[in-house]
Amino acid sequence: MAGEKPVAFVAERQIPPSPPPVRTGGALGWARDNLFSGVFNTVATLLSLAFVAYILAMVVPWLFLDSVWNASSLQGCREVDDGACLAVINERFLQFVFGFYPEELRWRPILAFVLLFVAIWPALFSSAPRKLLIFSALYPLLAYWLIWGGSFWGPVGAVVGIAIGWACIRFLPPLVRGRLDEGLAFLAAVGAGILATALWWLFGVTAFDGALSSVVAIGLEPVESARLGGFLLSTIIGVSGIAGSLPIGIVLALGRRSHLILIKAVCVGFIEFIRGVPLITLLFVAWLLLSYFLPPGTEFDLILRVVIMVTAFASAYMAEVIRGGLAALPAGQYEAADSLGLDYWKSMRLIILPQALKISIPGIVNTFIGLFKDTTLVIIIGLLDPVGLLQPIRADQNWNGIVWELYGFIALFFFIFCFAMSRYSMYLERNLDVGHR
Amino acid sequence: MNASATGRDDERHAMTASGETAIEITGMNKWFGEFHVLRDINLTVYRGERIVVCGPSGSGKSTLIRCINALEGHQAGTITVEGTELSSDIKNIDRIRSEVGMCFQHFNLFPHLSVLENCTLAPIWVRREPKKEAEDRAHYFLERVKIGDQALKYPGQLSGGQQQRVAIARSLCMQPRIMLFDEPTSALDPEMIKEVLDVMVDLAESGMTMLVVSHEMGFARQVAHRIIFMDEGQIVEQNEPEAFFNNPQSERTKLFLSQILSH
Repeated sequence: MAGEKPVAFVAERQIPPSPPPVRTGGALGWARDNLFSGVFNTVATLLSLAFVAYILAMVVPWLFLDSVWNASSLQGCREVDDGACLAVINERFLQFVFGFYPEELRWRPILAFVLLFVAIWPALFSSAPRKLLIFSALYPLLAYWLIWGGSFWGPVGAVVGIAIGWACIRFLPPLVRGRLDEGLAFLAAVGAGILATALWWLFGVTAFDGALSSVVAIGLEPVESARLGGFLLSTIIGVSGIAGSLPIGIVLALGRRSHLILIKAVCVGFIEFIRGVPLITLLFVAWLLLSYFLPPGTEFDLILRVVIMVTAFASAYMAEVIRGGLAALPAGQYEAADSLGLDYWKSMRLIILPQALKISIPGIVNTFIGLFKDTTLVIIIGLLDPVGLLQPIRADQNWNGIVWELYGFIALFFFIFCFAMSRYSMYLERNLDVGHR
Repeated sequence: MNASATGRDDERHAMTASGETAIEITGMNKWFGEFHVLRDINLTVYRGERIVVCGPSGSGKSTLIRCINALEGHQAGTITVEGTELSSDIKNIDRIRSEVGMCFQHFNLFPHLSVLENCTLAPIWVRREPKKEAEDRAHYFLERVKIGDQALKYPGQLSGGQQQRVAIARSLCMQPRIMLFDEPTSALDPEMIKEVLDVMVDLAESGMTMLVVSHEMGFARQVAHRIIFMDEGQIVEQNEPEAFFNNPQSERTKLFLSQILSH
């Protein structure tokens, strides 16, 4: 071979860059390359098209052309046309949205829902004004007050409880400085803070509320939990669970990797126990058992109990998802942060968590979506979420026999929420993707 | 050649600061589980001194310099850095770490932060400097490592050599008294090694105390005051560069030098 072709070669000129070849023929060319490139592909394409056409031919007339929006019963629908009887959704729409929330007070959950978007705006988009985060932090209590009503001083008392806890953590360690190991003092202060907050919430808030109400009574007409239902209920449980499970999950994930045996044991125990138990069991605990463990006479709202259980359940999953992200970071990132003198909390906050959370986005959103759909399980303990509202509707003489329309409507609601979360997570991933050319 | 080399050695010693001690290691031992990775290390590093540590893979040289800023703990003996003894007290460790800069083989830049943010993060959060001041200094050091025009890019957009120079600038922004280099050029393409070594030579000429784990023998000859050869967890031989290369004493050193200089 060497005899025929010389081995030595020298490029005679620098080849200038040129544009890539133009792709042939746009959409048609794409279809030819991908859909009709051979006999098998052509047959498969035609069969798929036929299948899609068949489904559309069934669904489109049923849902759009022959559907009935105005009737007072299934019978009435059938007399007009034989398509989907959407009149049932038309008639029961407000019940699906609000449950049995008093009609004249429905502006309150609507306002809370609108404000929800203001509150999550700064959390979702970095372009939002940072000061709005203060509103986001106060939003849960505002929403609680709007939806449940009652004295304005109740939620304010809850904030005071958090302030008390914070003050314990902030001001107790300096008091014992020098007499107690610093880490131990901090742990003790955190424990004292949590205890003080819990005690204040259990006993102090009522007195605080009563005292201030006797001076200035500000309040909204109270609405009982039993009257909440429908999408309102799903959204309350889902949004609280999502908002609560991420921070708690982060703390659990960090705790699980802690070198302090006690913290690690508590976190591992919590995660493994909660994750190892079906959510339905936890909901039953919230429903039946929890009242036995609370001091007699404490009123502890069922929805609040359910929110706590759902949050705990999702937190355990979240912790494991985030732990995966933490483990995926190269050890060099931890070492670089250490070598610059950043302490544990700063290196976590500035270096490790931003990267670990970014890696975990698909898993986090997966957990969120799972949690949101799991809210339908509360039907088991008698709460009237959208699925729970189906039973009375289907038992109604007028609408007996309607299945597809109702379940389809609920599915559509959940799909919109979950799809929005999915799209947002893709946007976020793209947005955070820097420097990988 | 020998005469001129000796002349250069003298020059270098003139650049060495007085006999002030920067790092003092006495009777230091370390184990990874059962494995005795560092054995009775005794080493004094003077201010302004530049030491190159070499040795075969697994000899403990990286572990040695990682002990100096407590990325690894040691089980016996003492390490004193700028008058502060490394103990398990977290306060001490954080203080030493902010005095000692470190560059890693794989750069370990923070990929989610821009080059500028990589450089200002520690001054702002550890030293609590105003942002403006930290950024001015970051620009100064990025200029000095000849990468000032890349300040707003992200690490992933830079070449390996550029990344390592950013890593050096990031450490310098903390104005450390001592710089540790853990095989800074081992992960680089040959074309990029020179640009990093140039920056390190420049740094050496400014009088920085430097401990460099490296196999770049040309660099060692050019800037080191002292070369330390380690094997199996132990300091086997140390000497001034010319004497070390031209007249190695121990058999293991001779073998090592013949292997790395043979190709």
